[in-house]
Amino acid sequence: MTDTVTESAERADLFAKFDPIIQTRETLLASGVEDPYNLVMEKVLSPTRAICNGRDTILLGTYNYMGMTFDPDVLDAGKQALADYGSGTTGSRVLNGTYQGHKECEDALKEFYGMDHAMVFSTGYQANLGIISTIAGKGDYVVIDIDSHASIYDGCAMGNAEIVPFRHNDIEALEKRLRRIPDGAGILVVLEGVYSMMGDVAPLKEMVAICKKYGAMVLVDEAHSMGFIGENGRGVCEEQGVIDDCDFIIGTFSKSVGTVGGFCVSNHPKFDIMRLVCRPYVFTASLPPSVVATAATSIRKLMHGANKRAHLWENSRTLHAGLLDLGFELGTQEPQSAIIAVIMPDLQQGAMMWEALLKEGLYVNLARPPATPANMTLLRCSLCAEHSAEEVQTILAMFERAGKAIGIIA
Amino acid sequence: MTEAEVDTRIRDLIKPFNKKEVEITDATTFQNDLEFDSLTVMDFVAEIEDEFDVIISMNQQAEIENYGQLVAAVHKLQDS
Repeated sequence: MTDTVTESAERADLFAKFDPIIQTRETLLASGVEDPYNLVMEKVLSPTRAICNGRDTILLGTYNYMGMTFDPDVLDAGKQALADYGSGTTGSRVLNGTYQGHKECEDALKEFYGMDHAMVFSTGYQANLGIISTIAGKGDYVVIDIDSHASIYDGCAMGNAEIVPFRHNDIEALEKRLRRIPDGAGILVVLEGVYSMMGDVAPLKEMVAICKKYGAMVLVDEAHSMGFIGENGRGVCEEQGVIDDCDFIIGTFSKSVGTVGGFCVSNHPKFDIMRLVCRPYVFTASLPPSVVATAATSIRKLMHGANKRAHLWENSRTLHAGLLDLGFELGTQEPQSAIIAVIMPDLQQGAMMWEALLKEGLYVNLARPPATPANMTLLRCSLCAEHSAEEVQTILAMFERAGKAIGIIA
Repeated sequence: MTEAEVDTRIRDLIKPFNKKEVEITDATTFQNDLEFDSLTVMDFVAEIEDEFDVIISMNQQAEIENYGQLVAAVHKLQDS
């Protein structure tokens, strides 16, 4: 044994590692801009409008694609469940936390996707975390796109498999890696239908075919396409005709569905064993009854949302074309989803533009490294089926005034 | 391929990524000395993987901090 440790023993401050990000934040706020990560919505008026920091604001950064958050049928279902089943389950899905509503929500998902099994998680993050970390074990390989969402990376980090990244949406890079994986090892390829930072879609048709050629299982995260892309709103995998070859589809209730929660659907005959072995499913409380009731109602309505889908596409095309015309640099050359990413020269100008838009009465997301690809600063816009055509024109006028004032467009 | 041959080929591959022309020794670190960000790491690793027809998983990358460790790891991988 060494000498007893004295009271003044030198220890590193565990928070020292955050100094660079504290510094960046302080520099930004010292310039006088409103804090982009401390916005408060005092009142929410509709899926597309709120009072933000005291101002009447058009919401263009909420992922509320189908505008279901104030749907009267959805609200009624939630109120009824709150009255009938109480405010929470206080338990795990595998113990006392599975109510009738959770089963009905899973039934709605099975019907929506036309799949045999559905499992509802408490968040979309936990769905990715749980499925990826559980099904890929030691000696297996998980192959992921380098621009994958944090929940996918965290699912990889939590498991024991070998993690192999490939260049974003690069079909050849994916195939090279699959070819090099040793015989006998299990492979899970994780792809996203829509990548949320740039709003671009994956070439799933080609990629899923390659995965099957090498005997890999495929998981597609369709968080940003559910309810909107594909004939029945099942996502990019439906749109590109490969849904039957996807082993797992992961999604969320916190976007088009309009509440919170996550899920995985699958046709794998043994899928239900996940309920016992998937720790982020087992060791957390299940969703409140009102939440699963609103989700189930919303999912069933989304099955018949063809008109809303068509209007959302119109909005996306109008905003994309309008922003290009104004001279903004966008993440994709054509509109591929309901997300349009406006590329900013740097964080400082991005934050100034974000603030100028907020003062105009428009909320968008300010996205910055490390969440963004290639260290870009983005103003990320996500459209809603409830934005009117006139609102999209109003939004474009706001972008024009703010962009000229900040000097991002001429 | 001997470790010396692996070293020679990686030395060629690293040139376009070594923007500041830092002198490369076994102790040269990718993060601090060469200032590779995550995108550069991905591109550089992909070059090596293609050149030697191997996979360097993220788990293995986490163990590799300097040039010498990289050469040793690639030598071991392409031998197996």
